[in-house]
Amino acid sequence: MGQTSLQASPDVVARLSRASKRYGNLLALDNFSLEVRRGEVLALLGPNGAGKTTAISLLLGLLAADGGEASVLGELPGALAARRRIGAMLQTTGVPEMLEVGELIALFRSYYAAPRTVADIVELAGVGDLLRRRYGKLSGGQQRRVQFALAICGRAEILFLDEPTTGLDVEARETMWRTIRSLVADGCAVVLTTHYLEEAEALANRVAVIASGRMIAEGSIDAIRARVAQKRIRCVSALGLDAIARWPEVRSVVRDGERIEIVTDAAEVVVRQLLSEDAALSELEVRRAGLAEAFVEITNEVAKDATTEAAREAA
Amino acid sequence: MNASITLPVAAAPSARGTFVAYALEAKFEFLRVLRTPAFAVPTLLFPPMFYLLFGLILNRGNAGAAQYLFATYSVFGVMAPGLFGFGVGVAIERERGWLALKRVAPAPPGAYLLSKMIMAMLFALIIYCTLAAMAATLGGLRLGFGQWLLLGLITLLGVLPFCALGLVIGSRVSASAAPALVNFIYLPMAFLSGLWMPLKMLPPVLGQLAPLWPSYHLAQLALATIGAGDGSALLPHVGALIAFTAVCFAIARRTLASSARG
Repeated sequence: MGQTSLQASPDVVARLSRASKRYGNLLALDNFSLEVRRGEVLALLGPNGAGKTTAISLLLGLLAADGGEASVLGELPGALAARRRIGAMLQTTGVPEMLEVGELIALFRSYYAAPRTVADIVELAGVGDLLRRRYGKLSGGQQRRVQFALAICGRAEILFLDEPTTGLDVEARETMWRTIRSLVADGCAVVLTTHYLEEAEALANRVAVIASGRMIAEGSIDAIRARVAQKRIRCVSALGLDAIARWPEVRSVVRDGERIEIVTDAAEVVVRQLLSEDAALSELEVRRAGLAEAFVEITNEVAKDATTEAAREAA
Repeated sequence: MNASITLPVAAAPSARGTFVAYALEAKFEFLRVLRTPAFAVPTLLFPPMFYLLFGLILNRGNAGAAQYLFATYSVFGVMAPGLFGFGVGVAIERERGWLALKRVAPAPPGAYLLSKMIMAMLFALIIYCTLAAMAATLGGLRLGFGQWLLLGLITLLGVLPFCALGLVIGSRVSASAAPALVNFIYLPMAFLSGLWMPLKMLPPVLGQLAPLWPSYHLAQLALATIGAGDGSALLPHVGALIAFTAVCFAIARRTLASSARG
């Protein structure tokens, strides 16, 4: 990737190219490049303070980059023409508590030449029972749904969702996921930041992992997962944990209730040994590492590199 | 790349649509504030209460004082909606992120500030009408139709310098500090401008400082309108108010722009 993917492609709807952003001494984004393509869900993952919200703020025009370039739908971020074609759900939105949900939706609809109908918005965001309620009287999850409703008042071509399902119950989260999928099916691009890796796994076509303002991994969910060779083996066995832990291929082993859980890079070898040492072994299960394991692995690698680099510089 | 877009989503709203957006913005700002007791109650009730107490009840028989206090309490009344609406309102909405969401959404240019300005003017109009009704009935104040109207106009436009001052506060002070700071400016400034009692009754140094306060200049215009002025030229007062408004607005614009652009 890198340089070649920065060439203009007809499907690219938003782009950061070699963008940097500094807050005082903190380099929040460091030569950061990102492309968003039509009809895809791109998940930005990374620990707190990694630069996810800064990246989104640059694309929304809320912040200006110190270096590099940003464009949205061929316009400068923040230009009225660009804003008419995007929708956003920010992390903190301070919606006026004294206004009713229906009033907020009426206000945001008035910003667009061809807004979605109220009925559509209500159905997509699941806010039908809230229209006559004041925003300040709603629960956190209900407020999040209203913020989503405001983001989709226009027929956005790109939706920026910063931690959209924080505070939602399972059902509301499923509803929002369903809506996001149907919007994407209609060609909308979605840029998503989330703390829930299962959310990225459920929605995203592509994942970008950010740490300390840099892109440290980018690709499809499968590609990211494949970066980690780890597999997870679960079984019920009479073998002792200490004995298993001494096998060279085993990275870690823990007991989880009745079961033993083993993490390894060489599942085949370990399974063969398990079966040969314990004929009574049952409930065998081998799973590839999920996005969560991959994510931890990738960020740890980077942290390790950074430490050795720092040590080298100090020496 | 636009060929694949089937809906005219990027189109600008029609002129009528834009007007509707501005109108809704102003309407909901007015409703929001009206439903916020911490703002609406003191803003709408305190000036009539003070005027009733000090201008009417405690001031039996002194027609000159009643006339003077009607003009100055009108000024006192119209200071609050701008100072609090912008000072506290903008501070809260900036800090909690509503301003950011408004910047991301394609609200028509200036709608945010314009709606707050219209809200402050509507509040000022309500306050002025209340005070005028009290003065005409309880106070027995007789003014020509033109004078009532002109004083109304002065108070209506007189909202603007305080909107601008409020904006300076709201653009840089935290939401928790803003109400205290606004009160700390509002009440002393009213007193130092001779809104509660004529400056002649206060130490002379306060009278010499008075031209620093926008409320002093507005009060001079209001007093002159009902024939209770000190006879000084009015144009310098108008000029001082315009200059004050312009400077505050320019400062606030810069602060807001730099805070948005990080």
